[in-house]
Amino acid sequence: MNQNILLCGVGGQGILLAAKIIALAAEKAGFEVTTNEVHGMAQRGGSVTAQLRYGDAVYSPLILERQADVLASMEMIEALRYAHFLKPGGLAAVSTQKIIPVTVSSGKMQYPADAEARLREVFPRLELCDCLDAAIKMGNAKLANTILLGTLSAGLAGIDLPLWESAISECVKPAFVEANLAAFRFGRKENER
Amino acid sequence: MSKLLLTGNEAIARGAWECGVGAAFGYPGTPSTEILENLVKYPGVYCEWSPNEKVAFESAAGAAIGGCRSMVTMKHVGLNVAADPMMTLSYVGIVAGMVIVVADDPGQHSSQTEQDTRHYARLAKLPILEPGNAVECAAFMKIAFDLSEKYRCPVILRSTTCVSHSRFHIETAERVEHSRVAFEKNLQQFVPIPMFGRKLRAKVEERMATQALESAQNRQLNTIFHRGNELGIISSGVAALHCVEQFSDASILKLGWAWPFPDQLLKDFAASCKKIAVIEEGDPILEEHVKALGISCDGKNVVPRCGELTPRVIAEIKAKLTGAPLPDFSQVAQADDLPTRPPMLCAGCPHRGIFYGLTKFDVIVTGDIGCYTLGAFPPLERTDLLICMGAGFTLAHGMVKAGETRPVVGIVGDSTFFHSGITGLLNLVYNKGNATLIVADNRTTAMTGHQDHPGTGRTLMGEETLSASIEEIAKACGMKRIRVVDPNDLEAVHQVLQQELAADEPSLIISRAPCILKEKSAAKPPLAIDADKCRNCRACLKLGCPAIETLDVKGKPSINAQQCVGCKMCESVCKFGAIR
Repeated sequence: MNQNILLCGVGGQGILLAAKIIALAAEKAGFEVTTNEVHGMAQRGGSVTAQLRYGDAVYSPLILERQADVLASMEMIEALRYAHFLKPGGLAAVSTQKIIPVTVSSGKMQYPADAEARLREVFPRLELCDCLDAAIKMGNAKLANTILLGTLSAGLAGIDLPLWESAISECVKPAFVEANLAAFRFGRKENER
Repeated sequence: MSKLLLTGNEAIARGAWECGVGAAFGYPGTPSTEILENLVKYPGVYCEWSPNEKVAFESAAGAAIGGCRSMVTMKHVGLNVAADPMMTLSYVGIVAGMVIVVADDPGQHSSQTEQDTRHYARLAKLPILEPGNAVECAAFMKIAFDLSEKYRCPVILRSTTCVSHSRFHIETAERVEHSRVAFEKNLQQFVPIPMFGRKLRAKVEERMATQALESAQNRQLNTIFHRGNELGIISSGVAALHCVEQFSDASILKLGWAWPFPDQLLKDFAASCKKIAVIEEGDPILEEHVKALGISCDGKNVVPRCGELTPRVIAEIKAKLTGAPLPDFSQVAQADDLPTRPPMLCAGCPHRGIFYGLTKFDVIVTGDIGCYTLGAFPPLERTDLLICMGAGFTLAHGMVKAGETRPVVGIVGDSTFFHSGITGLLNLVYNKGNATLIVADNRTTAMTGHQDHPGTGRTLMGEETLSASIEEIAKACGMKRIRVVDPNDLEAVHQVLQQELAADEPSLIISRAPCILKEKSAAKPPLAIDADKCRNCRACLKLGCPAIETLDVKGKPSINAQQCVGCKMCESVCKFGAIR
């Protein structure tokens, strides 16, 4: 069994922390884990991706297109940009943030007005959530990525809830553990199970 | 012993530390930067950021000849700067082990060129090891030091962006201290004047021949995945690992010792398979050699020469080689009209002020490598020419000498000034040039993640040190007109540019304000646009600030409070007082 996860968004949205938590949770579940992150120039406002693979035997750190079990995006058009990585039937977890690129603000390009409709059309298994708004309601905008993490965790095999919670507890500062666990459970819809 | 999930760069640092490296030198450059940033966290290793790769290389060579296991780190283009000492050090050799860690950037994620460092190994006649993941990064570092001492020559360890930035679990070990070997005077070895150099030259050839024989026997570096005799793939680095997953019916020879070539191993492997393909990222160095051995093979006829060999590219190669059906990789979403998201100057970046100032003048701007390269992007578009570190100054000088009638402005950053800007400035003054030079001084090496340099007053080891003064150095080089301006003050920038561009002698403008990412305390409350006062003249959008957003031409711009750091540049360009 191998699981492939592609995380995307824009620099500063907490993608790399989410990747770190998934990697640790998978490690705790006894899997081989690899991750790949975008560094350098791409951090200056460019789109950011992190790839994770875990399973019984993993050689390559990169995901082949059409092979991701989960695509999770902190931004709507970034989900569309990487949609072709998701395997048929895979879970797309998308936060409804729009981060307007300078190419749009300068009038050279357009942010698609129908981004949400396109997401619904492309992803049969779509979990759409305004993670930022939900996080602000929970008292801290920085919880948005943990909410998305909760949502995407429901699409991954082989990692039980206690392992997720233990990974989160190790990756965030002690003062923020409870809030992050609550955000994770909210995103995972634990209360509705 | 414990298991850690480490990036290739972290693993290189770990492996070096475990095998007793005593001194490490480097200049930051993506994707190599984190190696020294991680190594410095371990006890017992002297680490430094040198002003450039040549200085770093020579310092590491001195340390290794001085009897201490040493290493030097850089990105591929850094090796161009350090190539001179490498060529001669190959002859002179070392006393304690020395590893040259070079990170290539296939796919040019953050580089101006896509160089294959294996060419340098062949040119310098030095062994080169090529790890494919973090596990090998740590293991190969140890082997590299052993080989370096065995053959008394430095060894190159070549990483790539994907290897440096991918995490794998590695088994860690404790450090084995390596005691210093005393340097003993030996002119015939260490002073390669021609009469000695000719003898050293012959020894280098003997060394390479012996290394090729050893490489052919080495199954720790050169591994074989035996999976049938129909198709045999010869590959290296992370591309070989993609192949292991995708070619489930092919045998794979993964070369970890990329040069000198293990001829006997290549011949034996080729003889064991009906068909051979060489799948290598970069140039067909291995393929040409395999063919020269009389082995017919597929290679660059099906493998792209340019770019990274991603899993998708490997799948396309597999379809060509085996006739296997190619999965449909086309976009599933309508994506051709998605707005691009190029990297850009951050909200509150002080460089914006000097580039915005330049948009008001008809000048040619020769730029350089760093965050301020982003001044080339719209809407600022204030860089017309870009080559390499330090060339911001020298290209400007050449353009003026060519008779360019418009004013020519040469820009380098502060770290770049110390790297290779000083000689260009000196030359411009000495040879009576007349360009306007600008140092975009944000008090750090920002693009690679805020490394210290000779102007920051701090070393990589965290010690306070002297802070070299750009203006004093320029003065000592003979520069008469030196101006310092705060780029956040757009009016002052405009005045200084106006005066200095009109001057009939060379001048230096130091545009000085700290990087906003580094000095987070400099961030102020976000501004907002008063929609009632805003006439939608869009002057603020000409700053190219990512915090100022508008979805379409009709809509008035607004400020994203999550991104704005309150630098107030937009406030000063708004004629209607709408931004507060």
